[in-house]
Amino acid sequence: MTALLQARNIAKHFGGIRALKDVSLTINAGEIYGLIGPNGAGKTTFFNVITGLYQRDGGDIVFAGQPLHVESPHEVTQAGIARTFQNIRLFAEMSALENVMVGRHLRSKGSVIGAVLRTATVRAEEAAIRAKATELLAYVGIAGKAGVRAASLSYGDQRRLEIARALATEPKLLALDEPAAGMNATETAGLRALIEKVRTDGTTVLLIEHDVRLIMGLCDRVAVLDYGEKIAEDVPAVVQKDPRVVSAYLGVPYEQ
Amino acid sequence: MMQDQKKKVLGIALIGVALAVLPFVIGMGFGNAWIRMLDFALLYIMLALGLNIVVGFAGLLDLGYIAFYAVGAYIYALLASPHFGLHWPLWAILPVGALIAGIFGVLLGTPTLKLRGDYLAIVTLGFGEIIRIFLNNLNAPVNITNGPKGIAGIDPLAKNIEIFGYPLHSLYLIYYLFVALALLIVFVTMRLENSRLGRAWVAIREDEIAAKACGINTRNVKLLAFAMGASFGGVAGGLFAGFQQFVSPESFGLFESIMVLCMVVLGGMGNIPGVILGAVVLTVLPELFRQWAGPMQMAVFGQTYIDPESMRLLLFGIALILVMRFRPMGLLPSSRRKAEFEHAEEGAQA
Repeated sequence: MTALLQARNIAKHFGGIRALKDVSLTINAGEIYGLIGPNGAGKTTFFNVITGLYQRDGGDIVFAGQPLHVESPHEVTQAGIARTFQNIRLFAEMSALENVMVGRHLRSKGSVIGAVLRTATVRAEEAAIRAKATELLAYVGIAGKAGVRAASLSYGDQRRLEIARALATEPKLLALDEPAAGMNATETAGLRALIEKVRTDGTTVLLIEHDVRLIMGLCDRVAVLDYGEKIAEDVPAVVQKDPRVVSAYLGVPYEQ
Repeated sequence: MMQDQKKKVLGIALIGVALAVLPFVIGMGFGNAWIRMLDFALLYIMLALGLNIVVGFAGLLDLGYIAFYAVGAYIYALLASPHFGLHWPLWAILPVGALIAGIFGVLLGTPTLKLRGDYLAIVTLGFGEIIRIFLNNLNAPVNITNGPKGIAGIDPLAKNIEIFGYPLHSLYLIYYLFVALALLIVFVTMRLENSRLGRAWVAIREDEIAAKACGINTRNVKLLAFAMGASFGGVAGGLFAGFQQFVSPESFGLFESIMVLCMVVLGGMGNIPGVILGAVVLTVLPELFRQWAGPMQMAVFGQTYIDPESMRLLLFGIALILVMRFRPMGLLPSSRRKAEFEHAEEGAQA
């Protein structure tokens, strides 16, 4: 099994608060990798460091065999990491289809002059963008909502749309920040099927989640963060029984 | 499909004929002053469409937009007047003006890339004033702009001519020139709106962080918006200088920036027909008020209580408030959503 993403000794601090302390972890190609931890453990910070939203204060990242130099998030996306957001960030006034079309920006080239002259190349590219976006909407199961304004979609559909938009950038690694937050049981089951489908079709998945049942059932391996440190990393069955994990989540058993 | 094509061609032909005869109708009915107004309306359409790229599409609130108009106007003034003794032709100057205004757009955009909303508005407002103050003071030690006195004697855009023995006032020729350039700008803007870059602009307006996460290089795309908007302003400025044959810094104050912004907002931000309507309404309405306010008071009260000039601004303000109260999205709000919705329905039926 080859490593897709290797993070070594990642550190990040905000003023005096050390949000991440030497976190190292390896995500293998083709797996669904879970990242869990209590609130404030540093999950989203780690996520933002990997996706370029934050600049790391230490450590290095190797992605797909290349060191990941992060100046801006769009470069990370270019390298092949796409993400969704904990509190959904869609282009509210654009239609679902347009949202996904924006995701194709990186994989298309149309310039100002091409757009104004509407050259054959640009027309073909636009048609391809539209076709790909339509296909992705169907892929995530909201084909019928193409023309609906993103803000008017149901919560579950917004989550799906965000995934479709991320997939439009053709990522090697799809990073999902609490995708099941606020979903009911049916929606969560649907999401789980979707994530499994994404993996089967060849995209590695990094998943931050609070829903422990979802994580344990879905992930191949799980890392646990607590106070900015990695306290465990293994298959779900082992992590679940790790005493440090249990104490981080449930507190230390009272002993006399 | 053929039917639609035919309708489209017919529609364009009708608009073309209407635009061609419009100045003659207005000229015969109301006189040359109104053709002049029409020419001004076209200038403002160009300006408003340029600002619409920055404010309407990319969502970057720019309160100093008139600076680019000023740059274009002064470029024309310097290259075609006795001031430096240069007399370049119009077609050589306009591209230069557009290019230099575009560079100024990037100059404004670069330091403000991380600013949004109110903060960006303040910086752009300052930028607009800086340009105006520069123009006011660049007469010493080397006299470039001739300071507050402005530059006079600029080469006219067109002269009065005779066609088959009929005299044709230069205002008509200027009208056709302005219509052609305004149509070109409308065309470019429409093409850009429905392109990869247009979508990127709207994405930045809606959510900049998400746009970055989608792989959009927000720095370049924003600078492009500033540059495009500014270059349209530069073209309009050049035309303004040739039209007035005189430029001075006082034509490019904050009030003008606000006025153009009003056209964009009142017409319907981000919607091209809306912005055009906004520009026309806000050019014509104040003039109508100016012309009617005096006679109307005379007719009703027998004497003039309020000076028509101040009345004009009062009525103008009331009109703005009414529009914002009853049509907060503008006179013609963006049809982006509607168009996309219809497209999806067509797709579903096919």
